[in-house]
Amino acid sequence: MIRDPKDLKRYTASERANHWVVGMCFILLALSGLAFFHPAFFPLTQFFGGPVWARILHPFIGILMAVSFVSIFLRFRKLNLMTATDVEWLKRSREMVTGDDHNMPEQGKYNGGQKMLFWVLAIGMLLMTVSGILIWRAYFHFDITLVRLGAVVHAGMAAVMIALIFVHVYAAIWVKGTIRAMWYGTVTRAWAKQHHRAWYRQVTGK
Amino acid sequence: MPLQSLDILRRSATTTPSTQVRAPVEVAKLIDVTTCIGCKACQVACSEWNDIREEVGECVGVYDNPRDLSANAWTVMRFNETEENGKLEWLIRKDGCMHCADPGCLKSCPSPGAIIQYKNGIVDFNEENCIGCGYCVTGCPFNVPRISKQDNKAYKCSLCSDRVAVGQEPACVKTCPTGAIQFGSKEDMKEVAAGRVAELKTRGYDQAGLYDPQGVGGTHVMYVLHHADKPGLYSGLPANPTISPLVSLWKGVAKPLATLVLAGVALGSLFHYVTTGPNEVAKEIEDEIEAEDREKEDAQ
Repeated sequence: MIRDPKDLKRYTASERANHWVVGMCFILLALSGLAFFHPAFFPLTQFFGGPVWARILHPFIGILMAVSFVSIFLRFRKLNLMTATDVEWLKRSREMVTGDDHNMPEQGKYNGGQKMLFWVLAIGMLLMTVSGILIWRAYFHFDITLVRLGAVVHAGMAAVMIALIFVHVYAAIWVKGTIRAMWYGTVTRAWAKQHHRAWYRQVTGK
Repeated sequence: MPLQSLDILRRSATTTPSTQVRAPVEVAKLIDVTTCIGCKACQVACSEWNDIREEVGECVGVYDNPRDLSANAWTVMRFNETEENGKLEWLIRKDGCMHCADPGCLKSCPSPGAIIQYKNGIVDFNEENCIGCGYCVTGCPFNVPRISKQDNKAYKCSLCSDRVAVGQEPACVKTCPTGAIQFGSKEDMKEVAAGRVAELKTRGYDQAGLYDPQGVGGTHVMYVLHHADKPGLYSGLPANPTISPLVSLWKGVAKPLATLVLAGVALGSLFHYVTTGPNEVAKEIEDEIEAEDREKEDAQ
């Protein structure tokens, strides 16, 4: 439903659905995974019908996320190729975070930070899937050293990814007018001009 | 099952002290490999007392039967033929949980109270709390715990914690016909072992010794070996077992570190928001867009 025809289309319905499948899986995996990582988080298993169910479900949700992320990856990989402008943006990102974005270079559909997130998540998803299979005792029996390595990689990478997703979610909350892009697909022209001017020029022809 | 509820030294996935006001004496089982005849009475006694039956297997040409530990076989005799000092030697080792002072299984276990270490040294699985993840297998330096295919719970030797709790020796000790398995306080067992080692040395076993590996803080199942310098001869008994550095990293420093990083990022975001304020679209850009719209309308 588009109320203001002048709004810019940022994501198609299928892109949004894909994002939220990955997002929901990620939240469920983080909650159940943290429960197995540190006793402080163990009560989170209650969201899954108890600790045994959490243990059973976690890897299957992981497979769903891995498959859904492959689809995200294929859709967005070209848009996330790094350019010299992105490097420049990343170098100046501290200025923006402290509240002054006047010197930030013009950004296309994604800025350097978003692209970094994309690639780290892509590598992370791959590592999580491989290490997750290594430690999936119900169905696999690998060499003990591989299993131990898998456990370390799985826990370490998960912590990195959860921290990155905190940043991802916070960035969406911080930059006003952003979340609607993932809810219903559009952003205002002013938002685009402010935050992704090169993309704004490209889609409006201005 | 945890019967001695006041004697709990450590409990898996628990960060506060467990009930431990009582101070029972530290126990140990001493297995004198040099006196063992490989009769498997200990396996039978274990099976009888704990009321577990491994499925009848097939003869594959070796004495090992069952061929490996399982959820229904908490102890197995491992037979190995080797040549030492120019003579054939038939080395038989009763394998099972070593009841480490620093148990890798307990360190790895994510489920509160699924693994319990008593103050007497026994490391016990409480299957009721087990979630079947297999982390104990990942953590064990001796490859002992087994996940049951029937119920996905982890099982292993309990050192007959139920018998020990009421002042009896483990079933395997009770039944051993040659006295190769003895049970008592850890101090006493070390003394018995020292005597036995001295005797073996007089018989030409210069390298005889006690296996009580310090890499895991010592164990509450110890072996007297004729070749203590080569534990590997005894069907792969590890020479210097320790909790793998990978496991220590995973269940050691990574836990508080990752938790702090996540809390830091979450709190950092919150305080960034309240100190820097939201990143809204600039008024001038809103005005530019509005001006463009007005121009367009005027032109029409």
